[in-house]
Amino acid sequence: MNLAAATNENLAHTSNVLIYSSMAVYTLAFFAHIAEWVFGSRSKVGRTAAALTSEEAAAATVKVEVAQKSGSTAVLDRPKIVTRSAAGSRDVPDGPGAAGGTFKGDLYGRIAVSLTALAFLVQAGGVLARAMSVRRAPWGNMYEFSITFSVVVVAAYLVLLALKKNVRWMGLLLVTAVLLDLGIATTLLYTSSDQLVPALHSYWLWIHVSTAIICGAVFFIGGAGTLMYLFRDSYESKIANGGRPGAFAESVLSRLPAASSLDKFSYRINAAVFPLWTFTIIAGAIWAGDAWGRYWGWDPKEVWSFITWVAYACYLHARATAGWKGRKAAYLALIAFGCWIFNYYGVNIFVTGKHSYAGV
Amino acid sequence: MSNTKSNPPQERERPDEREVRAEQDRETARELGAAGSQLSTAPREETLANLPAMGIVGWVRWFWRQLTSMRVALILLFLLSLGAIPGSLIPQNSVDELKVQTFKGLHTTVTPIYEKLQFFDVYSSVWFSAIYILLFISLIGCIVPRTGTFIGQLRSRAPGAPKRLTRLPAYTTWRTEAEPEDVREAARVMMRKRRYRAHVDGDAVAAEKGYLREAGNLMFHIALIVMLVAFAWGQLFKSEGAKLIVEGDGFSNTITQYDDFKSGSLFDQDSLAPFSFTLDNFVGTYERSGPQIGTPRTYEAHVTYADGAYGKPKKTVIKVNDPLVVDGTKVYLNAHGYAPVVSVKDGRGKEVYKAAVPLLPLDNNVTSSGAIKVLDGYRDKGGKKDQLGFQAFFVPTFAGNGKGTMFSQFPAADMPVLALNGFHGSIGVNSGIAQNVYQLNTSKMKEFKDSKGKQLKQRLLVGETMKLPDGAGSIKFEGIQEWASFQISEQPASGWALTGAIGAIAGLAGSLFIQRRRIWVRAVRGEDGVTVVEMAGLGRSESAKLPEELADLAVTLNAAAPTAPGPDNDPDTDPDPDVVDASSAEPFEGAEK
Ligand code: HEM
Repeated sequence: MNLAAATNENLAHTSNVLIYSSMAVYTLAFFAHIAEWVFGSRSKVGRTAAALTSEEAAAATVKVEVAQKSGSTAVLDRPKIVTRSAAGSRDVPDGPGAAGGTFKGDLYGRIAVSLTALAFLVQAGGVLARAMSVRRAPWGNMYEFSITFSVVVVAAYLVLLALKKNVRWMGLLLVTAVLLDLGIATTLLYTSSDQLVPALHSYWLWIHVSTAIICGAVFFIGGAGTLMYLFRDSYESKIANGGRPGAFAESVLSRLPAASSLDKFSYRINAAVFPLWTFTIIAGAIWAGDAWGRYWGWDPKEVWSFITWVAYACYLHARATAGWKGRKAAYLALIAFGCWIFNYYGVNIFVTGKHSYAGV
Repeated sequence: MSNTKSNPPQERERPDEREVRAEQDRETARELGAAGSQLSTAPREETLANLPAMGIVGWVRWFWRQLTSMRVALILLFLLSLGAIPGSLIPQNSVDELKVQTFKGLHTTVTPIYEKLQFFDVYSSVWFSAIYILLFISLIGCIVPRTGTFIGQLRSRAPGAPKRLTRLPAYTTWRTEAEPEDVREAARVMMRKRRYRAHVDGDAVAAEKGYLREAGNLMFHIALIVMLVAFAWGQLFKSEGAKLIVEGDGFSNTITQYDDFKSGSLFDQDSLAPFSFTLDNFVGTYERSGPQIGTPRTYEAHVTYADGAYGKPKKTVIKVNDPLVVDGTKVYLNAHGYAPVVSVKDGRGKEVYKAAVPLLPLDNNVTSSGAIKVLDGYRDKGGKKDQLGFQAFFVPTFAGNGKGTMFSQFPAADMPVLALNGFHGSIGVNSGIAQNVYQLNTSKMKEFKDSKGKQLKQRLLVGETMKLPDGAGSIKFEGIQEWASFQISEQPASGWALTGAIGAIAGLAGSLFIQRRRIWVRAVRGEDGVTVVEMAGLGRSESAKLPEELADLAVTLNAAAPTAPGPDNDPDTDPDPDVVDASSAEPFEGAEK
């Protein structure tokens, strides 16, 4: 074994250590989130069922800063913008979040987010080391794809947090999913090193696969929003119809954002990434045209990308069609995300096609 | 978790939440009137209950309306994705016929059912075609009227303000001492400056922006049609063939020269682009160490090609992701392997055969196998005509004697070894049954035996010779050449498909990222003689940006129509003279102050 090979082995080893370490930190983040939810459940601040059924329109003031002649700025409260939800939607305020407005819960929540960010850095280091050890993009097989996928999911979450979007509610869900993904990757999918066939030597590998991973990560976040929307929506409609949710459902669901916020959130996420997904498929077709001599050949991977695309188009259509908004559209969004997941795991494991070089 | 049984009776009487919401919907629609209409070009939903008055025309019209409705588009889209699934799970003739045959052999019970359902040709099946053809008729039936509506909207102006602006999703109001006409004019100018289409309508200014959203959406759907037509065209007129070429040999683009050829149903032989090329040299180098050992580093075919029958020869290099493009036809480098050069002497010592014999690779390290067939010219010791056949096994890098393996250790020809065993007799080429060039049919042949009576087998290095027993001649491993196989394909209209794809993405981005919205500014003199300004905004969907934008507009307009002091201006807050002064720094001409 020569020197270069030895460095590669070392890097691969470093990568493994970093990935395992990140899993440990994610586990701590997981427990911190649990603590957040537990402490939050002891508070009843601002989330009684009565508050949910209030008929009052939510009025929001948009503060506008106006530069004064003197050079200082004054906050101009007027004109005041009164916003009104669209007709037909419930005027329900967002829940207070996992911490439920408690100091302790919030503290643990912050710790959880910090730990997630730390774990993200460690994991990103692991992915980078892996890429350097194989001297190519870190997505040549399912193991590499999985570790890269979850690191991008966490990155997307952290970016949304940094943009001050209301996404802290998904922390626990996200960390759990990442731990699952990494657990499967390190135990079932682990591949020590892998050769790339010449067809993969193309800059389209970078473009096509990286956008595919980004799309998957963002679709995941949209899917999480949709799933929570479905729970929260049935909770709200039960209250609106005079029912009483169970104690656990009450405790957890009342702390989530309002169904309409969750619905809007996941719609925006899915709609925003749909053009990128379209691009991913087209980039794949161009690459296939260069590598295999046909841009579309109904290879299983191509078929499932197409199915995923059509399913998301279905969802977007449903949103534009009066009778299909809300829950029905949400089910379509979940089906579409399911197609994406199947395209990755299902097709690689159960079906063989030209893409099967990805290796299990 | 639910406890429906304990619901108090009065709660049961509450109307269902859905009904309440639907009622609210209708109420708001009535209030908004024309103001909310035409904010998109989406067709109105019709209920299935609207059955037509009888008569063929009525039915056709009804059917057409159903087909072009959003609901049916939704259903067809869903069916399209559902219909694509079997094709990904069951082997397809269009992808791999061999796999289909294997599958049919293994699953004899379901095969007839699958065949009936065309499950081996899903993407050209009657039912799959029906779905997408219906979808595209629906699409066209949808685009045409929507384009008409959209052009109409572009020509007309934003609808006038609804009666009660307070009902809109974003609303603001203040009182000012400016004249109502001046406020309206200022508002109109401001909206125009922000590239709104604005006009004064009665006591209010109506403004609208974001038409590009609709344009993008229409462009996206039209681009889908372009893509489909291009794809269909490509499928009908395409041609695709494979050719294996040994270094030094050439190819000219006529059907007879292909090893294997497929084409679309409307393809015409005469349309093959007239070009030719020669494989000068194949260069492959491979990673020698590290985890990627054996991975190709350079992998390229150096060729000389001529465009047209009398074209000037040009040199170029074909790589895996980098095909040669001549006259719309693409030549892809598909695979590569070795062709050992062997010569055969017959019983009289005369060289009767010398050729480079391409062998097929079996693994990543190019362990290869194939057959050497000497058909004519061979005579045995007694001068009798015969045919010779050899089963050949080749490794570019031999593990070494006694290592117990005849598998190659590395893809480059570091230590090439050719292993042969020989037969004589009838190869059977004349029997009329097509023969695989890489396999030897030994049913009518006899093995050559060694001195111990076992099958004659020998491993040869370059330059070595294997003697056939009883003076039957000899075979010599002269050297090695490499071969490359090419896929030569022509798929017309792929440029159109790409154009459609780019148009689709651009249209989609416009359609999803641009908000279409309307703003109304009403200014009327109140009972006390002070002007009341009301502003309200309406978007396609609720958006956090709309209130922000309205606030921004309101502040700008407020500078021109400053808030009038007065206790009843805003009951919630004390008027703050400082702030008012600040915003009225540039008094509007018509201000009464
Ligand atoms: C191949 C089939 C189709 C695909 C992939 C497709 C895809 C899409 C997508 C992704 C959108 C979302 C863009 C947006 O929200 O602005 C959309 C919007 C729309 N589609 Fe389609 N579509 C298809 C067929 C159709 C058909 C057949 C119709 C008519 C019956 C139609 C009517 C519409 C309308 C009216 C909108 C805009 C809705 C709105 O204004 O929000 N589409 N389509």
